[in-house]
Amino acid sequence: MAGESMRDEMIEARRPPNAHRGVLKWLQRNLFNGPINSVVSVVTLGVLVWALWPFVQWALIQADWLGDSRQACSGEGACWVFISARFESIIYGFYPEAARWRVDIVFALMAGLLAWLAIPKVPGKRWAAIIAVIGFPIAAYVLLLGGHFGLMHVSTRNWGGLMLTLTVATIGIVGSLPIGIVLALGRRSKMPLVRAVSVVFIEFWRGVPLITVLFMASVMLPLFVPTEVEFDKLLRALVGIMLFWSAYMAEVVRGGLQAIPGGQEEAGKALGLNYWQRMGLIVLPQALKLVIPGIVNTFIALFKDTSLVLIIGLFDLLAIIRAGLTDSDWLGFATEGYVFAALVFWVFCFSMSRYSQYIEKRLQTGHTN
Amino acid sequence: MSRSPSGDRVALWRNPTFRAYVLQGVLLAALAALIGFIVVNTMANLEARGISTGFGFLDERAGFSIPQTLIEYSGDSTYGRTFVVGLLNTLLVSALGVVVATIIGFAVGIARLSPNWLLARLAGAYVEIFRNIPLLVQILFWYFAVLQALPSPRQSLSFLEIIFINVRGLVIPDPQPLSGFAATPWALLVGIVAAIALGIYAKRRQVRTGKALPIYWLGAGLIIGIPLVVFLLTGSPLEWSIPELTGFNFSGGVRVLPELVALWLALSIYTAAFIAEIVRSGIQSVPQGQVEAANALSLPGSITLRKVVIPQAMRVIVPQLTSQYLNLIKNSSLATAIGYPDLVAVFSGTTLNQTGQAIEIVAMTMAVYLTISLVVSALMNVYNARTLLKER
Repeated sequence: MAGESMRDEMIEARRPPNAHRGVLKWLQRNLFNGPINSVVSVVTLGVLVWALWPFVQWALIQADWLGDSRQACSGEGACWVFISARFESIIYGFYPEAARWRVDIVFALMAGLLAWLAIPKVPGKRWAAIIAVIGFPIAAYVLLLGGHFGLMHVSTRNWGGLMLTLTVATIGIVGSLPIGIVLALGRRSKMPLVRAVSVVFIEFWRGVPLITVLFMASVMLPLFVPTEVEFDKLLRALVGIMLFWSAYMAEVVRGGLQAIPGGQEEAGKALGLNYWQRMGLIVLPQALKLVIPGIVNTFIALFKDTSLVLIIGLFDLLAIIRAGLTDSDWLGFATEGYVFAALVFWVFCFSMSRYSQYIEKRLQTGHTN
Repeated sequence: MSRSPSGDRVALWRNPTFRAYVLQGVLLAALAALIGFIVVNTMANLEARGISTGFGFLDERAGFSIPQTLIEYSGDSTYGRTFVVGLLNTLLVSALGVVVATIIGFAVGIARLSPNWLLARLAGAYVEIFRNIPLLVQILFWYFAVLQALPSPRQSLSFLEIIFINVRGLVIPDPQPLSGFAATPWALLVGIVAAIALGIYAKRRQVRTGKALPIYWLGAGLIIGIPLVVFLLTGSPLEWSIPELTGFNFSGGVRVLPELVALWLALSIYTAAFIAEIVRSGIQSVPQGQVEAANALSLPGSITLRKVVIPQAMRVIVPQLTSQYLNLIKNSSLATAIGYPDLVAVFSGTTLNQTGQAIEIVAMTMAVYLTISLVVSALMNVYNARTLLKER
């Protein structure tokens, strides 16, 4: 009797219920859980297809990629020949062809240093930082400008394209961070005059548009120095950009300084450290680590705004493309030109913002809820 | 002479107060020297170039025309008037941009929090695409790649045959006030004042009796209703001039410059990406417990949203929103890249080129933006002080 209700073999494993996994269930849970959501999904999808499909068709499917004149373009889709034919000048500007290997070396050095600094697992960050701040600028200066060690001198008037954009961005970044740190410390100083000067400086630059600063740099700076001093146009723009962004950098750094508990500085005082030792060894390392995401965001903004130098007549990436559009052989490719410029800037800025989010997560030590 | 805790005399140069004075003295001297250096050089340079200083040029005849002027202006007007025209154009595009950027920004920010996967992702893509492309590229794109590719006036794209868009810009109906129309704006003012008064009364009444008035509906009714009634009573004194294609161009209506449209679009779309992020983080900053507490008190969903979530989110959103508005105003100066006649374009551009008064002109332009920034920051500080979390 009892034996009939017993089994001596395992029940075969059953499939999980269909409704809990798989593509369909995912669709139902995320897109079609209710009438309103279903309508929203269908409408969104419709708009997406309606807007995106013609673009994909134009930019990829019907596009023409290779060639050296506009005859290579069928005219149905995008004419990327416009970009590929002048790719060299988009990268190097008017840099003499014989010396372009120097730019390549600087690019390679920069990429290597960036990887060294940015990838957390690679050891020797201190060395990387020292090389990046001291060694690299000297090497880049010697290589790009030339005139020493038998290298041909290349005037900054011939600089252009992506190379100029990266130069302006790098110098702007490297220059504005130290000035910003000093300003942030000044704004928190107990000396009224130091504080006042810092506040006025910061608020002034933050209150005006970068364009007016560049105008100022290009028309007023030459008036400020003795007549015989020659002021390079690129240098003028760089001075303006550095002054402007150091104010923003100062506010970011100040946010970090405010987040460090006062006890840290007091402990430093108790150990007999002087002001610069307390700041340099205790407060700043902690504060700067806290605001790395903010600093990267300022870098992104600075990078985007390097495109403004075209207004005072420098030929950065955007200006080179714009100049190409007025070439009478290549009229009517504005869309291709600007889409390409947008893509290049986007790739740089998006990767920087992703990196900033990654660092933010890594530095998150779990104190917030 | 100060003493160390052990009672020994401390050398003067180790006294912090004394050192602070010396340091500030050095700073002051260095600043004075720098300013002196700049002034002396500038004077010498200006003299060498034969440029006179001062603001006398503001009364001189400008001699160039501006395609869009909100006030009376012609080539015979003075440079001073040019300044005002440019300033008004800057304010116009900024105001238009602020309104549209806010609408798009809030919509996208809320969409990012939607339970609908597709919509949330689409909103996320919008933010990531537009905030990572330089504004200048976007302005040039809209102007040269989109608006310049539009058809000629004869093949205009039209909306309901009253709004037309073509390569020369946007043509929209133009309202023409007739006599008697002046009463309507006044009625609007009365309506707004009445709505505010009603709001104050309703709040007092609710505090006293606990009964709420449907204040939003009543307020909207007052603000729309009073002007509408007055408008109809005065016999609808408004005519619309509808644009019409005659020959190669449009007659009637008002033409909006393509430069304005491009700048407006780019500024709105770019700033909206930042506003969307602010709105999202603002809403997410309200702890979930607040909503749960409201539910436990059995507040209805709409009241929870209006009285619990939004006020707390706004405390996070408004300060950042204001700084985005300031950015938008400052960014509108990129107008000069496509030739929209804003302050920087007509004043720091054309006027500077004609007169060579670099210092006065750049200083005036900067002063305008600085004033706007400082005034808005001051207002913001007042707001922050009022909405500060009251800790008890």
